[in-house]
Amino acid sequence: MGRYVVRRLLQMVPVFVGSTLLIFLMVNVMGDPVAGLCGERACDPATAAQLKREFGLDRPVWQQYLTYMGHLFTGDFGTAFNGQKVTELMGTAFPVTIRLTIVAILFEIVIGITLGVATGLRRGRPIDTTVLLLTLVVISVPTFVTGLLLQLLLGVRWAWIKPSVSPDAAFGELIVPGLVLASVSLAYVTRLTRTSIAENKRADYVRTAIAKGLPRRRVITRHLLRNSLIPVVTFIGTDIGALMGGAIVTERIFNIHGVGYQLYQGILRQNTQTVVGFVTVLVLVFLVANLLVDLLYAVLDPRIRYA
Amino acid sequence: MRGVTHARGAVCAVALALAATGCGGGGSGGGASGAVLSSSWGDPQNPLEPANTNEVQGGKVLDMIFRGLKKYDPRTGKATDMLARSIDTHDSRDFTIKVKPGWTFSNGEKVTARSFVDAWNYGASLRNNQKNALFFGYIDGYDKVHPSGGRQTADTLSGLKVVDDHTFTVRLNQKFSTFPDTLGYAAFAPLPRAFFTDHAAWLRKPVGNGPYTVASYTKGSQMSLRKWDGYPGPDKARNGGVDLKVYTDNNTAYTDLMSGNLDLVDDVPAAQLKNVKADLGDRYINTPAGILQTFAFPYYDKAWDKPGSEKVRTGLSMAINRKQITETIFHGTRTPATDWTSPVLGVAGGFKEGLCGKACEYHPDEAKKLIKEGGGIPGGQVKITYNADTGSHKEWVDAVCNSINNALGNDKACVGNPVGTFADFRNRIGQHKMTGPFRAGWQMDYPLIQNFLQPLYYTNASSNDGKWSDKEFDELVDRANAESDQTRAVKLFQQAEGVVRDNMAAIPLWYQNGSAGYSERLSDVALNPFSVPVYNEIKVS
Amino acid sequence: MPEQQPYEAGRAIAGTGMGGAMDLAASEATTLERTPGGPEGTGPAGKPRSLWSDAWRDLRRDPVFLVSALVILFLVFISVRPSAIASGNPLTCDLARAQDGSAPGHPFGYDGQGCDVYTRTVYGARTSVTVGVLATLGVSVFGSVLGGLAGYFGGLWDAVLSRITDIFFAIPVVLGGLVLLSVVTSNTVWPVIGFMVLLGWPQISRIARGSVITAKQNDYVQAARALGASDPRILLRHIAPNAVAPVIVVATIALGTYIALEATLSYLGVGLKPPSVSWGIDISAASPYIRNAPHALLWPSGALAVTVLAFIMLGDAVRDALDPKLR
Repeated sequence: MGRYVVRRLLQMVPVFVGSTLLIFLMVNVMGDPVAGLCGERACDPATAAQLKREFGLDRPVWQQYLTYMGHLFTGDFGTAFNGQKVTELMGTAFPVTIRLTIVAILFEIVIGITLGVATGLRRGRPIDTTVLLLTLVVISVPTFVTGLLLQLLLGVRWAWIKPSVSPDAAFGELIVPGLVLASVSLAYVTRLTRTSIAENKRADYVRTAIAKGLPRRRVITRHLLRNSLIPVVTFIGTDIGALMGGAIVTERIFNIHGVGYQLYQGILRQNTQTVVGFVTVLVLVFLVANLLVDLLYAVLDPRIRYA
Repeated sequence: MRGVTHARGAVCAVALALAATGCGGGGSGGGASGAVLSSSWGDPQNPLEPANTNEVQGGKVLDMIFRGLKKYDPRTGKATDMLARSIDTHDSRDFTIKVKPGWTFSNGEKVTARSFVDAWNYGASLRNNQKNALFFGYIDGYDKVHPSGGRQTADTLSGLKVVDDHTFTVRLNQKFSTFPDTLGYAAFAPLPRAFFTDHAAWLRKPVGNGPYTVASYTKGSQMSLRKWDGYPGPDKARNGGVDLKVYTDNNTAYTDLMSGNLDLVDDVPAAQLKNVKADLGDRYINTPAGILQTFAFPYYDKAWDKPGSEKVRTGLSMAINRKQITETIFHGTRTPATDWTSPVLGVAGGFKEGLCGKACEYHPDEAKKLIKEGGGIPGGQVKITYNADTGSHKEWVDAVCNSINNALGNDKACVGNPVGTFADFRNRIGQHKMTGPFRAGWQMDYPLIQNFLQPLYYTNASSNDGKWSDKEFDELVDRANAESDQTRAVKLFQQAEGVVRDNMAAIPLWYQNGSAGYSERLSDVALNPFSVPVYNEIKVS
Repeated sequence: MPEQQPYEAGRAIAGTGMGGAMDLAASEATTLERTPGGPEGTGPAGKPRSLWSDAWRDLRRDPVFLVSALVILFLVFISVRPSAIASGNPLTCDLARAQDGSAPGHPFGYDGQGCDVYTRTVYGARTSVTVGVLATLGVSVFGSVLGGLAGYFGGLWDAVLSRITDIFFAIPVVLGGLVLLSVVTSNTVWPVIGFMVLLGWPQISRIARGSVITAKQNDYVQAARALGASDPRILLRHIAPNAVAPVIVVATIALGTYIALEATLSYLGVGLKPPSVSWGIDISAASPYIRNAPHALLWPSGALAVTVLAFIMLGDAVRDALDPKLR
């Protein structure tokens, strides 16, 4: 187990370097960020040159990358163009997005798995078909349409919720945005659980459990669910990173000042430091979540031993 | 069966949670904490230093926490003395400025002549990276503290001299008769010592001499401003304070206003204008602002700068149905432009309705003819470049293109060319990569006709993005600047504007109004000519 | 089961990919890797029976397949000949009719620019379907070749490729689109397709790799190798036919998500550009008008949803048909 974790951690190093380099190059392709700083007029060349020098933009890309990574290891994520430390931006943005992600994941777990079990046990019945069709509809409508629609109906027409989220972004305010963010994944979790349950329902160990007279509830929770949840857990685990980085659309609609918002602003203003910094953290979250999911396997399926 | 019960339970839990937020969320839009109002805001792009702020959102804050030598009247736009007791000159070049006594910064420090001179020197100095440094470009010694290349050879402007506590002199490097009227611009604000001694702390919580003080500032999300009770000026705040909330999408801000979550939206999105009467009744204002939208042309591209291409440009101008677009897309928050300035200048200030004449009216047949005479559209297709990230430009550019296509009877004659980000848009302009007309919005810095012409059309001026150049125009502007008589100066500027018209250097589209909507709690809401709400006059019930 | 098998399966599902649809399909498709049989298998009657002929027999009787296939055929038809059912010109717009409701000859009403929503919805199919099909093709070809080779040859090539796929997975898709597409000037569909291929191939590559590894261990492959068959021959004749099923399933479902992704990119201002006519452009243009002219949003969104739905259902049906366990 220990050796396995070490091997995985070592594998993370090239992935981390590669993805940060990739995003660094991508942001660099966007061109000169200084040009956008002076409003509807050209920056005077002297100030522009000086700004570039200060942000290190006058050096070749590979040097910029090395310098950036060097600073990174001392905990310095650089400074945004509005003079704020990127770490400070992270300090305000990440808690909000983490709360939003937690709400979304809870939706996935509670609603997704429940619906998945309900339909998986009743394959082909009306409830199964209905839920299946519903999940397909949810998947096929783009998130921003769902979001705008819910905002208009719940927030404006019926006034059940505030149409936007305050800077504090308490859990209560994040329920609808969380649902919107989770919607597509929710549908996947339902379908995944359904397939998995339906498949395992006929497995020998389930028949054995039923045959030896165990109560139905116990068979479902202890035997069937535990084995069926492996792919679901994997999906949810890897979805964490996707949810945090993919909240750009949701955060924009509901005016949430989280990671997606900072990234969007950062890209619009070509703020290399902000974008690269946030993506670096997201990459880390993604890698760690993947590792944890793989380790969770061992817990769910005792047959698996990591060497 | 159990699975179903589970599912139902979950749905109920969600419904309950929704209902709970619904109950908790309704109508608590910051009402309890006295007479404070909330207002929409955008994240300022640059640090909030006066000489470093060049967009409306940062300007909004500076307008609340600073007062300069002059202030533009929120209604007429006329520059009136604020901190200035007198600004005297005998030759339009050497100015003696006397500062009124009795003014202090909100931290108690006195505002003196030095507060101004230090601030201006800071703003002009190359090493401070102030993006509005060019506003000090008229002052003697600017080329030393801010050379266009190489290192600066001086730290302070030689043209600025402190005479005593409340007097300083300014020497300009050329004649500029309307210089005093430019001093209401935020870049010329005074700065307290704290700005220089503990800059980082100042940036976290700016200190100024205006009617409001900054109570708290969370960058990227909210700024709370509170009334400064000790404010010595005449325009004291009539409310307890303002909470500025950052919105990424002004549609969300408008939605928040409707649901009572926000008190004031100072930029009603075009898509909502159709509902604005039904939603807000008379709580909607629409007042002219000093903003002109135009199409600029790339004169560095030979195809647009050959004999006869002024006919093509005029033809394009005549193919744009300004009236229909301003009514349908903008619902009257834009007015078809008939000159290259703005109505907020007033007739005395140089606005001349109809100066553009027939060239700015919709004449599809003539448009077709003129474009043909001028050799046709270069490349057979006009690509109108704009930035797609802000300001819903897509809608009106598409509408303009449809208008041109319909006029010319060719559905591919014009096409919008969105650029993803404003930064990239500016980049391409800076690198001379434009191949056709591009969006050029001009928001005046100060209400003078000079500001609508010189920065945009003077040879190599700071905002002359199309690199248009005309000797006659330059001469007329030079003469106008040297003219000490206001009326004659305006006349000369208008002659220069005539040169712009005859060449159709840029196609004027429409004058932009400021539009705002507000909640029932507010009264006395107005927008100044810069389309910024006059916060200090707003009353909150 | 080899010890690293769960790990591989886990990796196959992992990812922040195209909205996750392919993740799901991937994990749902993992069962296919163990599918027995192949072109060499024969049925009890002595007539050759393959996985494919079995699946085809199933599909012909599956109403889900028939409905989705009909919808897709119709979409392809109007993509090729939109003028057959829409006589207007999608680029002819009259601002005077902006946001008007339906009128005779204009059943869907007008959008914010006064363009006919019906005509634009019909013409939009071509772009949206083109983007979906080409992106899927690109992703499938590129991903299967790279993943297949990595799975077959293993070793260093495999290790490097696995890390590279991880790198691409770690970049959130919408974010990558915002960054890469914001600098694009071309108003063709190619940059958008290129972007989708660039960030989409690792997903297919992983699945192809996994299924090639499984197929490689089959007896008939070992036999072919023992008989001295060359690598290309083994790959093309024996492994590819058996490893391609999971890829097809995932690709069909991914096609739908690419079409939806195009709309999201347009909403963020970096999607296709005029004069392209696409559902994404129309949906994002109509979304601010949701209160006043919901019809302008409803029709293209509906068309998009039906299309995505059709492709996902097709993928579902194909998966069910290819998976003997669920029969």
